[in-house]
Amino acid sequence: MNKELIELRVNGRTHEIAVEPSALLLDMLRQGLGLTGSKRGCDDSSCGACTVLVDGVAMMSCTLLAASCEGQEITTIEGVREHGSLAAIQKAYGDWGGAQCGYCTPGFIMTVKSLLAENPDPSEADVRRALSSNLCRCTGYNQMYEAIRSAIEAERKGLAVAK
Amino acid sequence: MSNDFSIIGKPTAMVDAAEKTTGAGKYTDDLGLPGMLIGKILHAPYPHARIRQIDTSRAERLEGVVAVAVGGDAPNPYGILPVGHDEHALALDKVRYVGDNVACVVAASEAIAEKALELIDVDYEVLPAYFDPEESMKAETDLIHENKPHNLEKDYHHCFGDPDAGFAEADQVLEARFISNEVTHAAMEPHSTLASFELDPHTGKLGRLTVWSSTQVPYYLQHKLSLVLEMPMQQIRVIKPLVGGGFGGKSEVIPLEIIAAIAARKAKAPVKITYTREEVFWAHRGRPRTIIDLKTGVKKDGRITAVKARVVQDGGAYCSYGVVTILYSGALLGALYDIPNIQYDGYRVLTNKPACGAMRGHGTVNVRFAFESQLDELAAKIGMDPAEIRQRNLLQPPCITVNGLRVQSYGLPECIEKTVERSGWKQRKGKLGKGRGLGIACSHYVSGAANSIIRSDMPHSTVNIKIDRDGGVVVYTGASEIGQGSDTMTAQIAAETLGCSLSRVRVIAADTDLTPIDIGSYSSRVTFMAGNATLRAAVEVKKQIAAAAAKKMGCEVEELVFRDDEVKRARVGAGDSPAQGQPAQNPRGPNSRGPLFPQGSSSPPLVPSSSQHAEQASVSGRVEGQILRGSLQQKRKDEGLKDWMTFEEAVVAAIDFHGTLTGTGSYAPPQEARGGKHKGAGVGPSPAYSYSAQVAEVSVDEETGEVTVHKVWAAHDCGRALNPVSVEGQIIGSVWMGMGQALTEEMVWKDGMLMNPGLLEYRSPSSIESPAVEPIIVESIDPEGPFGAKECSEGSLAATIPAIANAIYDAVGVRLHESPFTPERVLAALRAKKSAKSLNLTEGVDPTAPERFREHGGVLLFKGKGPERHALDPARRASPAAVEGAD
Repeated sequence: MNKELIELRVNGRTHEIAVEPSALLLDMLRQGLGLTGSKRGCDDSSCGACTVLVDGVAMMSCTLLAASCEGQEITTIEGVREHGSLAAIQKAYGDWGGAQCGYCTPGFIMTVKSLLAENPDPSEADVRRALSSNLCRCTGYNQMYEAIRSAIEAERKGLAVAK
Repeated sequence: MSNDFSIIGKPTAMVDAAEKTTGAGKYTDDLGLPGMLIGKILHAPYPHARIRQIDTSRAERLEGVVAVAVGGDAPNPYGILPVGHDEHALALDKVRYVGDNVACVVAASEAIAEKALELIDVDYEVLPAYFDPEESMKAETDLIHENKPHNLEKDYHHCFGDPDAGFAEADQVLEARFISNEVTHAAMEPHSTLASFELDPHTGKLGRLTVWSSTQVPYYLQHKLSLVLEMPMQQIRVIKPLVGGGFGGKSEVIPLEIIAAIAARKAKAPVKITYTREEVFWAHRGRPRTIIDLKTGVKKDGRITAVKARVVQDGGAYCSYGVVTILYSGALLGALYDIPNIQYDGYRVLTNKPACGAMRGHGTVNVRFAFESQLDELAAKIGMDPAEIRQRNLLQPPCITVNGLRVQSYGLPECIEKTVERSGWKQRKGKLGKGRGLGIACSHYVSGAANSIIRSDMPHSTVNIKIDRDGGVVVYTGASEIGQGSDTMTAQIAAETLGCSLSRVRVIAADTDLTPIDIGSYSSRVTFMAGNATLRAAVEVKKQIAAAAAKKMGCEVEELVFRDDEVKRARVGAGDSPAQGQPAQNPRGPNSRGPLFPQGSSSPPLVPSSSQHAEQASVSGRVEGQILRGSLQQKRKDEGLKDWMTFEEAVVAAIDFHGTLTGTGSYAPPQEARGGKHKGAGVGPSPAYSYSAQVAEVSVDEETGEVTVHKVWAAHDCGRALNPVSVEGQIIGSVWMGMGQALTEEMVWKDGMLMNPGLLEYRSPSSIESPAVEPIIVESIDPEGPFGAKECSEGSLAATIPAIANAIYDAVGVRLHESPFTPERVLAALRAKKSAKSLNLTEGVDPTAPERFREHGGVLLFKGKGPERHALDPARRASPAAVEGAD
């Protein structure tokens, strides 16, 4: 299959890469751009470990063609840090035990980012529903809820200080 | 033991948390090497077949294919247990399950490798296969392994006390068959291995081998690689990068780990193999389907008089950890309750399915489900509260159980008490209304096996610590972090012991070239064993620092306190007589952190406030630089005797004397904890056991048979919680995994084919189906654990399944004898209870269906007319004469 040259915009930078039309976004991110934070946990959108934001919407990059993402803004886990420091949600996941083995964590954090962008004050039911697109085998999810709650609080305090 | 700690006991983010939350951390599949090739494995399509011939020539000719490896490339057998060397990395003459490994293509890309797999021609002679363990045990011909008559991997027959007399003395005896279907780990990270040979500068040929692998047991991997590749162990380096969960699935050598090395040798280039999710399911090594015939007798007062268990495990095609699993199933009937008479008959049977191995709660989980369910039933028979019957059967530790297990710390009574209290058991039990109920169950687990699977006297864990002039503490440990917090635990114990901050400690783990031998992360051994080794290594180094510091301070070593990055003389409290004849006055009052500044010095008192210390340390670091610290120390020397030093100063003082500081600590379980003398006595003994009691609240929809778990209260005795946030995470995770096995997870087999090799089809619970879990930490402070700690990662799992089963009984009055408790099974039980007319829904689907369904445990039998079927449903075409199936 002939490769096509596309422009992929990832974490605020534009990359010109040659992709086969069948190339998956996850493979392009991991092998093409060396952004290995997005993980492969299955091959069929079962687990959500590969979740990235495409124009702000959480998508599973293991079943998304790279070529179809041209011109869209892709955010991966590597683009979540704020000013070089841990974002509130990243810090909270560490502090509250939201990550154990950490393999599903990037996907979960992207899902949470997308949830909070849409609904800054989710109820626990909202959180459960949103997280159900991703699977974790370590935590039983409970400590993730605490992490998310604490991240929301931290963000709120941060905003209050900024005002 | 003092409870005044500065590091342990405090919720601590894992030392690698930022790597994980930023995506910066590297797992094996994230690694690459220049010139790296991709390996893909050809798997067997038949459950049992002889390989007549393999022709790889067409595959080899495909552009981009570099090599094709087959069994003959490395024919030595191996296996995780010394008694079970029955596997070959690639099949030699026979395949024994669908998914067995036949050949490996090495190619420039995954796509080419996949295409090449289709070009390999294998000529199979299909053999009769065995899928059901009880059928397999009758086999006379076409044995799965020629040296295992009746396809019996191993059987054990243990008798402790006098079970017959025990049953004779009992007031109530129950006997029933329980079945737990097969489950698997399904860790989020699929197995991955990268293997690379170096060229030897002297011979110019392939020399040392480096393997990066997702493993819980780097040293076992190094050992098995050495065996199969016929290379000395010291020529092989195994590095464990971050591991995305194990749960036992990476606690033995998985075929791809050896195949990658064989392929790299043949291709003369680095090779990476990563399993697809489907391959992970085939690789399996999970918890076997287990058939338990259990008999328990109790007196009217609730005391258990005897237990008799016959356990048959469907072990799959290879030994794996099987011999250990079947022994754990029997041995761990003991050490939870005081049971005077135990009879155990265990059979580990080979079948033509992927091998089962070790999975979280190894060997104990399925038998615990049966036992706790039957105990609940007995409580009902004698009219006793289910929590109380458990309290009536407590051990009186310290003791040695009838089957030779030594129990010291025993937090079970407190676990039961706390969980009963928090769940409102006494007030709420039986009052939750229709279809809702509470159930209780207990469990326990080893804190590491007292006997290593390799029979030798070597320590189970060894840890080195190095401290150099920068004051940084580097801990070298073979313990494998797999997400459970092993590195963090190591850093905490080192920091606590040395009295330094956590940020000073760097853990280098699980790299066979750098770190001392540790037998791995399995059987919940790391905190207890590697923790103890870390503690001993730290004490060793601390002695050297203390000797130098005491000399500088002109005091005795015993007077020194190491804490908060300072070494100081013990605080002289008001009224205490001061050591060494120093005046007892303290001008800064009783809250001052250090004793007096020595009299006669002209300089101002040296700062015994921690904030000032920190400032000064950072200034000295910035201005003078590390190399100059020695001279800073020299300068201070002139200031006369001190009564405190910074940690760095003390370290430099010691280094001036000894050179770079190093300390080694190791741990081997004590002889008294290693169990009895009977055959198979080696499995089960542990230096300490964790204890767990749980109450589950469930509701059952009587129309659909659907069970919902609302909440689980889980009390776990972990000795001492070194890192409470991790301990709670482990408890919740165990309960959650137990709930998965109880309600949804099941590997469904048909004729040796796995019907559901995907995470959704396997039905791993999502956040929607997952209950709130309230973890309750109970600390029994074990006399031999590091700071009193025991295991916390596995013991809670086993209690969850029976707690849910017992809650279902409380809710709707049916006893479920087969897990998972799917809607079909719950409905069948509900209909049987109403003694409605029977109906076999599977009849007419396929003449062999009932037998085939039984093979994987899916007995789809309903009593009564059954639900109205869709017009096109195959069951409607059933002949009315079809026989009713067995229960």
